[in-house]
Amino acid sequence: MGIRKDESTLMKICVCVKHIPDPTMSMVVDPQSRRLVRSRGQSILDPSDEFSVETALRLVEAHGGESVAITMGPEGAEDALRRAMAMGIDRSILINDDALAGSDVLSTARTLAAVLASEQPDLVICATESTDAYTGMVPGALAELLDLPLVSFARSVSIDGSSISAHQDTERGYRVVQSPLPALLTVTASIAEPRYPSFKGMMQAKKKSLERVDAASLGIDAGSVGEAGARERVLAIEKVRQEKQGRTVVDDGSGSSVDEIVAFLKSIQVV
Amino acid sequence: MTSRRIWVWTDFAEGLPHRLSLELLVPARALGSAEAIVLRPASDDALKTLGDHGASIVFHGDDSAYDEFIAEPQAATLASLIEQEQPDAVLFPSTFAARDVQARLVGKLGVGVIANATGIAFDGDQLQVTVPYGAETIGTITIDGSGPAIIQVRPKSFTSEAVGGSAEIRPVSIAVDSSACRVQVLENVVQESEGPNLEEASIIISGGRGLGKAENFALLDALAKQLGAAVGASRAVVDAGWIPYSHQVGQTGKTVKPDLYIACGISGAIQHIAGMGGSKRIIAVNNDPEAPIFEHADLGVVGDAQVVVPKLTEALARL
Ligand SMILES: Cc1cc2nc3c(=O)[nH]c(=O)nc-3n(C[C@H](O)[C@H](O)[C@H](O)COP(=O)(O)OP(=O)(O)OC[C@H]3O[C@@H](n4cnc5c(N)ncnc54)[C@H](O)[C@@H]3O)c2cc1C
Ligand SMILES: Nc1ncnc2c1ncn2[C@@H]1O[C@H](COP(=O)(O)O)[C@@H](O)[C@H]1O
Repeated sequence: MGIRKDESTLMKICVCVKHIPDPTMSMVVDPQSRRLVRSRGQSILDPSDEFSVETALRLVEAHGGESVAITMGPEGAEDALRRAMAMGIDRSILINDDALAGSDVLSTARTLAAVLASEQPDLVICATESTDAYTGMVPGALAELLDLPLVSFARSVSIDGSSISAHQDTERGYRVVQSPLPALLTVTASIAEPRYPSFKGMMQAKKKSLERVDAASLGIDAGSVGEAGARERVLAIEKVRQEKQGRTVVDDGSGSSVDEIVAFLKSIQVV
Repeated sequence: MTSRRIWVWTDFAEGLPHRLSLELLVPARALGSAEAIVLRPASDDALKTLGDHGASIVFHGDDSAYDEFIAEPQAATLASLIEQEQPDAVLFPSTFAARDVQARLVGKLGVGVIANATGIAFDGDQLQVTVPYGAETIGTITIDGSGPAIIQVRPKSFTSEAVGGSAEIRPVSIAVDSSACRVQVLENVVQESEGPNLEEASIIISGGRGLGKAENFALLDALAKQLGAAVGASRAVVDAGWIPYSHQVGQTGKTVKPDLYIACGISGAIQHIAGMGGSKRIIAVNNDPEAPIFEHADLGVVGDAQVVVPKLTEALARL
């Protein structure tokens, strides 16, 4: 499996996105299946993915070409793809199959790789990590399976002919990296402010192409993916509610609480 | 039964083993034989540090390509080394460089992986890894199937410890394939920030949108100076451009565990708590008595941060 860059200067960019439970609501884990409870109405396009979508749109605006959003998820994940298309993505692909539910990192990466190998993009964009699963492992595993270089944690990016350059976050600043195309890019929230879909964009998104594929059409053996094929297994889930019995002081607007704060700092030997 | 072999992939910072890798030698030693993997040029002192922290063997490949090209040369060598040596587990720290190597390795070996671990144990032969989900749920996870357990560990899950050992250094002579040299590092830019490092500071003062405007971070700087503290921030103000990303605390920023964390004008969103909830003590200043941050505070101050912070700085100056 692999992706090659053809001679044309037009860019074909695939963005991998997820439909996730709204992160502003508290997480619910189903004690039976030990999976996150996902309900369509309370799910959204992962906010982290909006940065990937924005990056794809800007690169296609600058270089010409096509943008495609891809997700592996339940039927409701169509909403995330429509949202991405409302922002401006040209078309999308929903990989939906009951057999894929509960897929682990490797199965997710293998499934996405199967679609990407047939799409042959110049660039694949992922978020550095998803807001719900939060492993950050899918993009790197995907890059390996597709034999693509991985340009990760980008805070800025530019494309020049057949190469990609980026400023990559480091602990103490950033580094400038360069790689040939095709490549896989992961972007951070500082890359660009995501646009808000316009009303027109939302109307158009309803008519844009959304292709549905299942495991069989990708040549994936249903038993090797999803819950059945998962290598990681949850043994137990425990609720830990750690509400502190802290003290509260109310400041009257003049700094009247300062004495209490100083006393607290003294009690813990900070001053 | 022979002792388990637990590998620790070693990241570097300023020529020495990264402190997050040193932390991982603690569980590695507790579970069996701790063995460190160093793929990059490294000084004798750097390798000695690993022995001193409990590594019994250090596998060292000193090809400069490991440093000049990102992840792929390391992942390729590591995969070959794993095949030769068959370790039981490979632990990775939560650093930028570690993630790329680890994730590629998962794809290459076709194995399971666990991220965000805070604890690792074996019950008989069954691996049991502790992983927090959000702020309120904890899972215990195992990995089935063959191959080593690939585990990424959250920062500060263990406290690194110099135990005074010395390691056998084993050179790694696997050649780097030029086809793996694709993502090249052209330049390394260090953006110095003043004061103590956020992740090492014992006191952190963080500001959020409740500070009102960027200029008010000066109020925090003054208090931080008074207390010898580092300055942190919520993502909302980082996104607003009030302060650089390197100050961001939280799920997509830094994980900190200071003795004291003072949150000023921060609401306490779950993504922020993910980065600082482990602080030993927390003071929150917020004018909304219902702000979620108060659920995590040892001392909650309901008030205007823009008033309380400068007053506190003045009071401390008078002590
Ligand atoms: C995928 C994802 C990742 C994220 N990662 C992070 C992360 O790493 N770190 C992070 O911090 N956030 C992160 N967030 C964002 C997070 O959800 C919140 O939006 C953010 O933390 C809010 O920042 P804030 O508390 O400064 O602002 P707000 O939520 O707007 O809160 C401001 C607070 O200030 C109080 N206030 C107002 N005026 C005053 C005053 N005069 N004095 C005192 N208090 C006052 C208000 O009552 C309010 O509680 C992430 C979100 C997502 C979706
Ligand atoms: N089911 C999925 N469908 C599409 N993209 C995904 C999926 N899972 C992960 N990704 C991509 O990989 C990134 C990191 O996810 P994770 O490794 O789960 O933290 C996400 O932000 C997506 O870009």
